Amino acid sequence: MSSEMATAPAGGGGGGSASATHPRFSGRSLQRWELALVVVLAGTLVFGAAESPVFLTTPTIFYTGLNIGLIAIMALPLTMIVVTGEIDLSVAAMLGLSCTVFGYAFGHGIDVYLAMLIALAVGVVGGALNGFLITRLGLPSIAVTIGTLTMFRGIAEVILGQNEVTGFPNSLLVVAPIGGTQMAWTFAIFLVLAVIYGVILHWSPIGRSIYAIGLNKETAFFSGIRVTRIKFCLYVISGAICAMVGVLYALQNNAARYDAGTGLELNVVAVVLFGGVSIFGGRGTIIGVVLSVLVVGCFDEVLTLINVSQEEQNIVFGVLLLISVLVPNGADGYHRLRRRLQRGRTGVAAPTAAPP
Amino acid sequence: MNAAAGAPVRIAPAVRSHRLAETLARFRGLAIAAVILIVFGATSIKNPSFAHSTSIQEILTGAALFILLAVGETVVIVTRNVDLSVGSTLGLSAFEVGQLYTHHPHTSVAVALLVGIAIGAACGAVIGLITTVARVPSLVVTLAALYIIRGYVNVIGSGIQIEPSSVPTSFQSIGYSSILGVPWLFVIVIAVALVAAYGMRTFRAGRELYAIGSNPEAAALAGIPVARRVFGAFVISGALAGLGGALFLAEYATVDATGGSGYELLVVAAVVVGGVAIFGGSGNVIGAALGAILLQVINQSLVAVRVSPFWDSAIAGALLLAAIAFDRLLSTRATRAMRAKGGATYVE
Repeated sequence: MSSEMATAPAGGGGGGSASATHPRFSGRSLQRWELALVVVLAGTLVFGAAESPVFLTTPTIFYTGLNIGLIAIMALPLTMIVVTGEIDLSVAAMLGLSCTVFGYAFGHGIDVYLAMLIALAVGVVGGALNGFLITRLGLPSIAVTIGTLTMFRGIAEVILGQNEVTGFPNSLLVVAPIGGTQMAWTFAIFLVLAVIYGVILHWSPIGRSIYAIGLNKETAFFSGIRVTRIKFCLYVISGAICAMVGVLYALQNNAARYDAGTGLELNVVAVVLFGGVSIFGGRGTIIGVVLSVLVVGCFDEVLTLINVSQEEQNIVFGVLLLISVLVPNGADGYHRLRRRLQRGRTGVAAPTAAPP
Repeated sequence: MNAAAGAPVRIAPAVRSHRLAETLARFRGLAIAAVILIVFGATSIKNPSFAHSTSIQEILTGAALFILLAVGETVVIVTRNVDLSVGSTLGLSAFEVGQLYTHHPHTSVAVALLVGIAIGAACGAVIGLITTVARVPSLVVTLAALYIIRGYVNVIGSGIQIEPSSVPTSFQSIGYSSILGVPWLFVIVIAVALVAAYGMRTFRAGRELYAIGSNPEAAALAGIPVARRVFGAFVISGALAGLGGALFLAEYATVDATGGSGYELLVVAAVVVGGVAIFGGSGNVIGAALGAILLQVINQSLVAVRVSPFWDSAIAGALLLAAIAFDRLLSTRATRAMRAKGGATYVE
C-alpha cells in the first residue's frame, strides 16, 4: 500500500521470507512468470506448426482438450489449496473412488443420475475427512493426503476389485466434441470452472482471505479470517470436484475401474506448480494455471504428433517443471550473490582481520 | 561473542527436549513393534501355517527394499525436505546394472552393487545441488526429477527387458539365499539401517540434520553448514535408492523400464507410519524401518487369512492416518507435561 515499501525489495529479492514479500512486488513477479508462459505457449504453437502439418488443424484442439481436460479441472481446486500453503495429494485417488462408486451403483441398477449424486456425495465426505484431519486435528496436509490417497484407492479396490463397469447410456458419454464445435466436454467444463475460480480467487473477499492465509496464517487469523473454516471448505470442494472428474472419467472412457487415474496426483501438482503457484502458499493466479494447462496440453499434443512416446514426454514435462522454479529463484539467487559479493568487498574485511 | 554466557542457558532445555524426543521415539518404535507382533500373532492364530519361517522370510524379503528406501527418505525428511525421486532412481539403477550384466556378464557382485550405488548417488547429488544452490523447494525439484529420471529410463529402455538369463546366479543369490535363515537381502539392508541409525544418533553431522529440520534459520545461525548437510542427505538418499535398484535386480532377476514406479509415496507413508515427522526434526531410521515392516506384515497377513488383498491399501491408508493422529496426541501431551515440569523446576 505505502509507496516507500514498494522500493524496499528493489531488484527482486522476495525469495527469502514470505512475510516480508510486498503484495505489489509479488504480483509483478507473477506477471513476469505468466508472460513467460505466454511466450512458451507461442513457442510451442510455432514449433508444433513447423514440426507437424496437422498440428494447427481443428481435431488437434479437440484431442488436446480431451487429453488434458480431467487433469485441468482437478488443478483448479488444488490451486486454491496450494495458495493457502497446504496440499492435496488425494485428488486422483478421489477420482478413482468416485469413478468406482459411480460405476458400482450404476452396475447395480441404480439410476444413472442418482449414481452421479452418490459419487459426488462420496467426494464431499472424502474432502470433509481431509479437511477435518487437517484443520481440526492440525495434522500436516501432505501426510494426511498421502494417507487418504492410499485409503481412497484401497476402498475403490475393495468395491470393484478387478471388475470393470461399462455400458453407460450413450446420451451421457462425453467422448465426442460438443455439437458443432471442436471443444471437448471436459475442457469446456474446465474453462467455465476456471472463470468461476478466477473470479472467486481474484475478485472476492474470500479470495483475498485465501492469499492472506497463504502468506501468514497467524496474521490472517488475527485479522479475523476464519482460517480453519476456509481451509475445510476448500478441501470439501476439492473432494466434490474430483468426484465430478471421476464421473466424467467414467463417461469419457465408458468404463469405471478402481485404478482410474492412478498416479495423476503428481501430474496435477506439477501443472499447478508450473503455473507459477508457490508451493509455500500466498502466490499464484488462475490465469497462470490456465496458461500452464494450455502449454502442457499443447506440448503433449505436439510431441505425440511427432511420435515421441508418452513416457519420453515426461522428460520434457520434468524439465519444464524444474525451469518453473529455477527461473524465478534464479533471479533471486543472482541478486543474493551480487549482494554477498558487494558485502564481501566492503564489510567482511574487518571481521576477518580480527582473529590471528 | 557472548557464547560463554549463553551456552549453559541454551543447553539445559535442549538436553531435556532431546531426552524427551528420544523417549518418545523409543516409545514409538516399541508401539510399532507391538503392533507388528499383534498382527503377526492374530494372523497365526487364524492360520497356523503363517507362524512359519518361510512366511517370516517372505515378509523380510518383501520389506527389504522398502526399508532401504525408507532409511534414505528418513535422512532427507529429518532435514525438512522430501525426496519423491527414489522410485525413479531405483528404476534407473536396476536397469543400468541389468544392462551392465547384459554387456559384461562377468562383472563381480561387489562392482555391480557399487555401480548401482554410484548411479543413485549421482542422481542424489544433482538433486541436492539444485535444491541447495538455487534454494528451491525439494518437493518440486524431486517431483521434476521423478519425471525426468523415469522418462530417461523409458528412452534408454523402451522395449528392452533384462532377462533372468543375463543376470548371473552369483548376483541373483543375494535375492534368495540366506544365512542362518535370514535372507542376505535383509542382512544387507539391516546393516545399512543400523549404520544410518548409529550415525544419525551419534555423529555430529547426524545431529545437525535434526537441528536443520527443527529450525533451518536457527541452524544456519548456529554455524551449521545447512546447504552441505542437506546436499549430503540427498546424496545418501540417492545412493541408497541406487543400492536398492541393484538389489531389486538381484531379487527379481528381471526388470524393465517401469521397475520401482510408484514406490515414492509408499516409502513416504512407511516413514511417516514409523514416526518420522513430515516437517522434519524428529524421528529415526529404526522407526521408519519398522514402519516399512509393518506395512509388509499387514500385506502378507491379508493373504494368509484369505481376506481379499484388495483391502491392503485401504488398511495401509487408515493406518497412516491413525499413526499421525496418534503422534499429534502424544506430542501435545508431552509438550504439556514438559511445560508443567519446566514450571516446577523454575519454582524450585
